[in-house]
Amino acid sequence: METVKLTIDNKHVEVPKGTTILQAAKQAGINIPSLCYMNLPHLAQEHKPGSCRVCVVEIPGKKTLVPACVTKCTDGMEVLSHSLRAINARRTVVELLLSDHPKDCLICPSSGNCELQKLSINMGIREINSVENAAISTYRKDSSPSLLRNMDKCVMCRSCETICNEIQTVGALSAVNRGFMSVVAPAFEQDLTDSPCTFCGQCVAVCPTGALTAVDNTFHVIRALADPTKTVLIQTAPAVRAALGEEFGYTPGTLVTGKMVAALRALGFDKVFDTDFAADLTIMEEGTELLNRISRHLSGDKSVRLPILTSCCPAWVNFFETNYSDMLDVPSTARSPQQMFGSIAKTYLAEKMGIKRENMVVVSVMPCLAKKYECQREEFKVDGNPDVDYSITTRELAHLIRMGNVDFKSLKDEDFDRPMGESTGAGVIFGATGGVIEAATRTAYELFTGKKLEKVDFYELRGMDGIRTATIDFDGTDIHIGIAHTLGNARKLLDGIRKGMYNFHAIEIMACPGGCIGGGGQPLHRGDSIVLKARMQAIYKEDLNKVIRKSHENPEIARLYEEFLGKPLSEMSHKLLHTHYFSHPKK
Amino acid sequence: MMKFEINDCHKKTIKEICDSYGNKRSELINILHDTQEHFGYLPEPVQLEIALNLNMPLAKVYGVVSFYSFFTMTPKGKYPISVCLGTACYVRGAEGIVEAIEKELKIKVGQVTEDGKFSLDCLRCIGACGLAPVMMIGDKVHGRLEPEMIKNILSQYE
Repeated sequence: METVKLTIDNKHVEVPKGTTILQAAKQAGINIPSLCYMNLPHLAQEHKPGSCRVCVVEIPGKKTLVPACVTKCTDGMEVLSHSLRAINARRTVVELLLSDHPKDCLICPSSGNCELQKLSINMGIREINSVENAAISTYRKDSSPSLLRNMDKCVMCRSCETICNEIQTVGALSAVNRGFMSVVAPAFEQDLTDSPCTFCGQCVAVCPTGALTAVDNTFHVIRALADPTKTVLIQTAPAVRAALGEEFGYTPGTLVTGKMVAALRALGFDKVFDTDFAADLTIMEEGTELLNRISRHLSGDKSVRLPILTSCCPAWVNFFETNYSDMLDVPSTARSPQQMFGSIAKTYLAEKMGIKRENMVVVSVMPCLAKKYECQREEFKVDGNPDVDYSITTRELAHLIRMGNVDFKSLKDEDFDRPMGESTGAGVIFGATGGVIEAATRTAYELFTGKKLEKVDFYELRGMDGIRTATIDFDGTDIHIGIAHTLGNARKLLDGIRKGMYNFHAIEIMACPGGCIGGGGQPLHRGDSIVLKARMQAIYKEDLNKVIRKSHENPEIARLYEEFLGKPLSEMSHKLLHTHYFSHPKK
Repeated sequence: MMKFEINDCHKKTIKEICDSYGNKRSELINILHDTQEHFGYLPEPVQLEIALNLNMPLAKVYGVVSFYSFFTMTPKGKYPISVCLGTACYVRGAEGIVEAIEKELKIKVGQVTEDGKFSLDCLRCIGACGLAPVMMIGDKVHGRLEPEMIKNILSQYE
């Protein structure tokens, strides 16, 4: 490989030809600050509009400073990242960015997580001299069930646009208008709810400021906990335990399941349950549906739609309802684990506990913003009462724990309540891309072949590649499986299916990079793939730690069918655990 | 203002324009030019149709339409008025001409009258500086204007 030699702040560096100054500096342990730059190596996406100029560096002899993010290293180059000239220019750039930025940092939802705030702190900005009385825009605030847009705080880095268009291919956001009027917005500056937005929340995950933030439901939860007439249940999604620790200073990938349960109990939740239980239930329903379709297909039934697509991810459901309304009969009709949990809690469990539906409040902790929207969908309500009342994110839970004066690190591990806290390793791996289909495979194999599955780890289904395929031998019958994460990869698979290019039996799709572990409600990782991989390892570690690793062996699930549901796909199951999809063609 | 209803004939025209540029996203600006020339403006359903033909997000199409001042989402009147605000016209009182028209037609620059008869825009120099201040109504140039003349000139258009 051809390399170039240069010095950065008098350090000798040798890098492959084509490397930018910013990347070379990073290798040399020099962190040149940046704002609009975003690197997502696991998605092969480098966003470098070169527009904010925060990363300017001096090259002696050159008339102007250069932006490090888009300037390539050349042989013999001398770079000064913190010369007086570079620092002055950088400070001016940040001052100018701040000049028309709202100064309400103290009460901003992104306070403490804001890249612009960090820059201001690191640059030691104490006053803004550059522009006197700069006009601060007063753009209308746009709220949706999942996310909020406050364009007054937008710095036009356009990272959201890249993730929405290039990675997710949702196409809800674009830079519109020009000059001082320019903002990132949906077409015709309509509201997000009228746009093709799927509420995946990846734009929130990459927004460096408070321009795009999540809807905050923590106070609804606090009020419910304070209401003596209410029994408040909480369910925690698999991916939450693999990331919550980061909010309390643990290294990424630290499992905090036991502490999380203890914290929730300390906060006053009446029952602390696990969405993993509902994930096992999902496998029973979705797995049976899969087997039904495969058996019918193998016996020559031409009307059966294959592949079957998973339906756990609400952003993915929104995506196909918007973009593939001709294929609404392809996805599994199984509700997501969040919704299955709510539905069973407010029927089976409410009856067991002897409480009325309206006196039960079901809260979910999710790594996800789209879940906030999902639990508000009309089809998941009974007489206006939702199966899941409030969905909060991993970040909101951390907030709730801090507000509840709980010293997270000193907590002793506790276990979930029963019955809806009993789960298997199959339920846990729902949190990582490929996990749902692996869990389904573990159960479907045994139900299909009638034989015991000795090797439950399907390594061929795991990993971070955007599209993965595998063929699993079901005792002589080949089952073809596809997996996609990010909606852009989902689109590639779906377009292929529409054209009849593939012969998959089952496909798992997750909207977020890495699956739920990379969800828009997780602690902000700013595209750091090391964090994502660590969380993924934690998920598989939790699976390994479980005694039971197949959903159909969950004793509480067996009891639920025995006492209440009958069998998978029964009339009761259809009523409580399945759904139908709607066509929402939007552009 | 009437809402633009797109019909199959409109869709065919848009498809032909997009086809003529090989349905390339990189030709979006040219496609928008031709489409605006045909329809007079770029209403929402027309932009959506272009997005569908080019298989690109509508937000991106709108992003381009809203960026370039040449593109408009407001229909032009039967008689589009363009007042020159070039240097020569400006120093000879073009601003007063704009004000007079705005007052007479009860519209602002960039708008169209309720009956769809006149629309008002400004432009920079039409090369008739000797007649400053000038305006164009359709293809006809009116020069050496004074605010008092506006009412009379506009009344000539039926």
